[in-house]
Amino acid sequence: MDSTQLLIILATAIATATPLIFACLGETLTERAGVINLSAEGTVMLGAMVGFVVAKTTENVWLGFAGAAIVGVLVALVVAFGAITLRQSQIAIGFVLALLCSDLSSYLGNPYVRIPGPTVPPAFPIPILEAIPVLGPLFFRQGDVLVYASYALIAGMWFYFYRTRAGLTLRAIGEQPAAAFVRGHNVIGLRYAYTLIGGALMGIAGAAFSLDFKAGWSHRHTAGYGWIALAIVIFGGWNPLRVAFGAYLFGVLQSLASVAQSSIQDVPTQVFTVAPFILMILVLVLTSAGWLDRLLSYLPVNARRTLARTLRTSPPAALGRPFEQD
Amino acid sequence: MNSTVPSQTVPPALERLPPLAYRGGALIIALLLIGLIVVISGASPFEVIGRMFSGAVSTPDQIGRVVATLSPLLLCAAGLVYTFNAGLYNLGVEGQVTFGAIATTFALRLLYPEEATASILPPPLTIALGILVGALGGMLWGLLAGVLHVYGRISEIFAGLGLNFAATGMAIYLIFGPWKRPGVASLSGTQPFDESLWLGTFGQTEATPVGLGLALLALAVTIVVMRNTHFGLRLRAVGKNPYAAHVLGVPARRQLLSAFLVCGVFAGLAGAIQVVGVFHRLIPSISSNLGFLGLLVVMLVNFDPLWVLPVAIFFSALNVGGLQLPLSLGLESSLSGVIQGLLVLFALIGRGLAQRYAG
Repeated sequence: MDSTQLLIILATAIATATPLIFACLGETLTERAGVINLSAEGTVMLGAMVGFVVAKTTENVWLGFAGAAIVGVLVALVVAFGAITLRQSQIAIGFVLALLCSDLSSYLGNPYVRIPGPTVPPAFPIPILEAIPVLGPLFFRQGDVLVYASYALIAGMWFYFYRTRAGLTLRAIGEQPAAAFVRGHNVIGLRYAYTLIGGALMGIAGAAFSLDFKAGWSHRHTAGYGWIALAIVIFGGWNPLRVAFGAYLFGVLQSLASVAQSSIQDVPTQVFTVAPFILMILVLVLTSAGWLDRLLSYLPVNARRTLARTLRTSPPAALGRPFEQD
Repeated sequence: MNSTVPSQTVPPALERLPPLAYRGGALIIALLLIGLIVVISGASPFEVIGRMFSGAVSTPDQIGRVVATLSPLLLCAAGLVYTFNAGLYNLGVEGQVTFGAIATTFALRLLYPEEATASILPPPLTIALGILVGALGGMLWGLLAGVLHVYGRISEIFAGLGLNFAATGMAIYLIFGPWKRPGVASLSGTQPFDESLWLGTFGQTEATPVGLGLALLALAVTIVVMRNTHFGLRLRAVGKNPYAAHVLGVPARRQLLSAFLVCGVFAGLAGAIQVVGVFHRLIPSISSNLGFLGLLVVMLVNFDPLWVLPVAIFFSALNVGGLQLPLSLGLESSLSGVIQGLLVLFALIGRGLAQRYAG
């Protein structure tokens, strides 16, 4: 494999991972505020269906994205109401919604299966930046506006989390909601807001599939991607940069799988579509706290500390727990 | 939203409603939403209900199909009663069904090789061994999720989802690779087993007495265990508060692992029944999503095994009735999933409203 081939594989991986970036960052934002939106699988799929149908009927892809975002907000509203206001199990509500929305997308999207529809128009390489060796062709000659938007989202979310006062509050309501409340922050209102914005991003992720990266609509069009997004958020330790890295890693696995498909004849091709999902979960399993601590204990103390800091992550302390302010 | 005066978010009149009003109200909203969705798809709700009902109970064949769906669903739901009561969301149940089916297929292929003309042992014994190996396979997959959760401190949700993908991947690999049909491999599955290895059915239907018997037995055992035994009590104690249970001398780890184990055995049995009773071969979607449907059933009955049977019958009938929709009305059969999902969602919301606001 020469370097141009490698570059092509990596550039493809970045494009493949773009819808996942939106879904993963939506979930990251939600979970940072202390709420788990387990409905991702269904939200992405329903977003893909509604996005396609709206774009098809209005002949405007951007209205499709708006429709998908609204669907994401509505599903997230149910999660927020059940989890925040009613204090029910976020897992139960999210899981039911994941199944419900998947089935709903199949039922209502039935007349639109396998028909041609509008797609996002190609964009130009970003001037100046595209001239950078290696990075230019890799990141800035993608020719897709959503890919560029995803870069902005990653950087913007990182900046928001770690460099703004509002971001500090966001992290506080996920870690120490009681303390944030005492300091005068409206924990309930903010959790609602971030859950809804996160839901909008997941809906947009769906439309990014059906209107761009996997254009069209078919039954279970985005099957598996919502679950993998949830796994990537944990893998990325709720940090936008690391989450994005996780999504790109998944993209690389997928492109490698499609390359391997043509070169390894003995293994049936269908296995390669499942392989990235399995590998990703395995990585998650191996890097999660329990095994990692045991592995690290064999290392010398100095190396242990640096490695632990880079590898270990812990979820927002109040993740999944309802906040009772009265 | 005014965070400083939380008690005023509810109008006083609403506060005096009995809990049943919230649950009933939620159910009515769910039914209205189902009707609305049917209308959006351009059909009449009453016609759809009629077709689904007649599509589930008109002919012996259809009733047989309901029973054939019910058996694995009951097995999964019975198993999930243990994990839910232990406070676990065992989303890995799908993979446990699939791996059970793989194990059963493996055993049957071993006892009745492709080139042979008869099975090595008498057919009934072969089938029994196949079912037993299926249960062991499900148990193994369940324990794997349990070990990852208990010793690896990994959320059982993601351990389970990962093992689901792994089991499906393995099934696809086997179907397209080592176990492919002579000639061309396809998504339709492995070569069907010889008819001597098919489970006997009620008349000409798809329903098998053995499958139904196993399912009802599993449910009966579960009801007794959860209501009348020390094991069930300890399981609930761990589910309610693992730390308190530990302090009072209940070994939480062993309880959690046994919940995974029992659920795996039951799910594996469901997979075995799917192979020897329904499909007579291994297919990629061998679980037919019945594991996930089992999760919905147990959530709807709030983890109480007494109510599992009626809900499971209703959900099975919906699944089978839904199959009529594409033929008679040109609608997609996934409407049954939409109905099930909305009923469970609004049951959860109704329960939450009642807990929060009822007087």
